[in-house]
Amino acid sequence: MPATLSDLDAWLRRYAATIHDQVAYLTELDAAVGDADHGTNMDRGMQKVVGVLDSESFEAADALFKKVGMTLVSAVGGASGPLYGTFFLRVGTGIGTVSEVDAETLGAGLRAGVEGVLARGKAELGDKTMYDAWAPALEAYDGAEGDIGDRLTAAADAAAQARDDTAGLVARKGRASYLGERSAGHVDPGAASTVMLLEAARDTLS
Amino acid sequence: MSVGIVVVSHSRPLAEAAVALAAQMVHGELPPIEIAAGAEDGSLGTDATAVHAAIESLAGADGILVLLDLGSAVMSAETAYELLDPDLAARVTLSSAPLVEGLFGAVVRASTGGNLATVAAEAARGLLPKQVHLDTA
Repeated sequence: MPATLSDLDAWLRRYAATIHDQVAYLTELDAAVGDADHGTNMDRGMQKVVGVLDSESFEAADALFKKVGMTLVSAVGGASGPLYGTFFLRVGTGIGTVSEVDAETLGAGLRAGVEGVLARGKAELGDKTMYDAWAPALEAYDGAEGDIGDRLTAAADAAAQARDDTAGLVARKGRASYLGERSAGHVDPGAASTVMLLEAARDTLS
Repeated sequence: MSVGIVVVSHSRPLAEAAVALAAQMVHGELPPIEIAAGAEDGSLGTDATAVHAAIESLAGADGILVLLDLGSAVMSAETAYELLDPDLAARVTLSSAPLVEGLFGAVVRASTGGNLATVAAEAARGLLPKQVHLDTA
């Protein structure tokens, strides 16, 4: 079954709810390696997105994701604003002006989004960033058989494993990089919120 | 009209103080300066749409130099740049200069009629006097 616009709406709302529930956890992760604002910043951004979903209606996936992206670049405040904002802007471009999204189209959208994250953050694999979760997630998504739900399950599982593995990495990007070796031993907050986004997709788009 | 300057910072007080410090050096008319600093709710952070609006409000200037602090300021400025009309974007330069020293050089140079390239170059060499003085150049 392709995902409808109402499924995409549910995905974004589920993500917002998860972030809201996990503010303390994300903040704790960011306190260890950064400026302790990832939870509150993402919550501020996603609550703003929920406000947009409540007050506006969208005819196509690209318009929806473009609005989400612009809301996040404006409202988040920290580095995750331009990163997640660019992600959603590019997801919209990658998916296109459609009202239903099949597994292939969603895959193309996610890939375009992650390319946007890379262009914006200029991270490489192993830098201890959200890209460390995204790269194996995309690979698992493309390699999995089945419908959107099966593929998103594979992607979310791969991202969760990769998130845990970021604890062993030394940060080479962002504020955490100022900590050098002291950044090891902690999970990357951006990888953690990335897993939440994929799990929310798995739970709402299948 | 001289070159316009946009100051992007996580902190509005920091941006305002940096502008005040640089403005001390100018005894004639200040170049047009816009500040895009702090998150939407006034807390520490940056907002790409605010940077975008600040650049657009200087569209009449002879080029626009954007000075930034660090981290999300860099990515927010790049995001804002991408969202600009291409004709305007062609007259905008994002500076990698350190904010205080770069702004100082840029404001002084812009106030004496430099074009975008010379103002950007002056900002870029902003650290040099300090490096020479401390023998770390």
